[in-house]
Amino acid sequence: MSGSLCWLRAASLLRRAPLRWGARPLSQAAAGDGGRGSRESVERLVRAHPVVVFMKGNPAQPLCGFSNAVVQILRLHGVQDFQAYDVLQDADLRQGIKNYSNWPTIPQVYLNGEFVGGCDILLQMHQNGDLVEELKKLGIRSALLDAEKDQDKK
Amino acid sequence: MEAAGPALSAETLRGRLLRGLEAEHVEVEDTTPSHCSSSFKVLVVSSRFRGKPLLHRHRLVNELLAEELKHIHAFEQRTLTPEQWEKERGGLQ
Repeated sequence: MSGSLCWLRAASLLRRAPLRWGARPLSQAAAGDGGRGSRESVERLVRAHPVVVFMKGNPAQPLCGFSNAVVQILRLHGVQDFQAYDVLQDADLRQGIKNYSNWPTIPQVYLNGEFVGGCDILLQMHQNGDLVEELKKLGIRSALLDAEKDQDKK
Repeated sequence: MEAAGPALSAETLRGRLLRGLEAEHVEVEDTTPSHCSSSFKVLVVSSRFRGKPLLHRHRLVNELLAEELKHIHAFEQRTLTPEQWEKERGGLQ
């Protein structure tokens, strides 16, 4: 799924290709073009897609239980098309996103550019039905609505 | 507050949350696997959460524990008002 493509990894590969040998740390590479952890740059990433997740690892291979939980919750609602950024690929971004949202932990979920919360909040929104409503605002119909209808009419 | 790192205990966190948020009920579970950096799971019940959305409630906890969180690897939280807590307990019985 293209939505789950790790943008950072793709970008860093592209960037590295024409350069001389010797891998530079990503954080240094980023510093050269304004810094990927800067507020402006983070803002662009946050707004790149209606559903954005900053996580450890990527959706196909999350490297943290909380990041995994966020991906699984989105999938449960049928949200396959979202933009994920792997903060483990970029120390600047890892700190930059925490500064941007004033939130100390990863994962972080953004809907329509707005910070929603981390794993605990997404889980509770899933449990209390708020997530279905929030997705609806984005024009996304939660797959759980159809699943419920199939089960029984109540 | 000396030794912030390894000395961080569930009891310390519980005390901070109880006082800092005038909480009426706090549960802190140390979920640290052995040989790993510290993990905690907390439940905070406070009247200060009334009328505040979840994000705001969690921010209150994060701000209160800002120093501690630097040394905590994983942190799970639930934030309830006394009414929500009451309802939840009632539902269990």
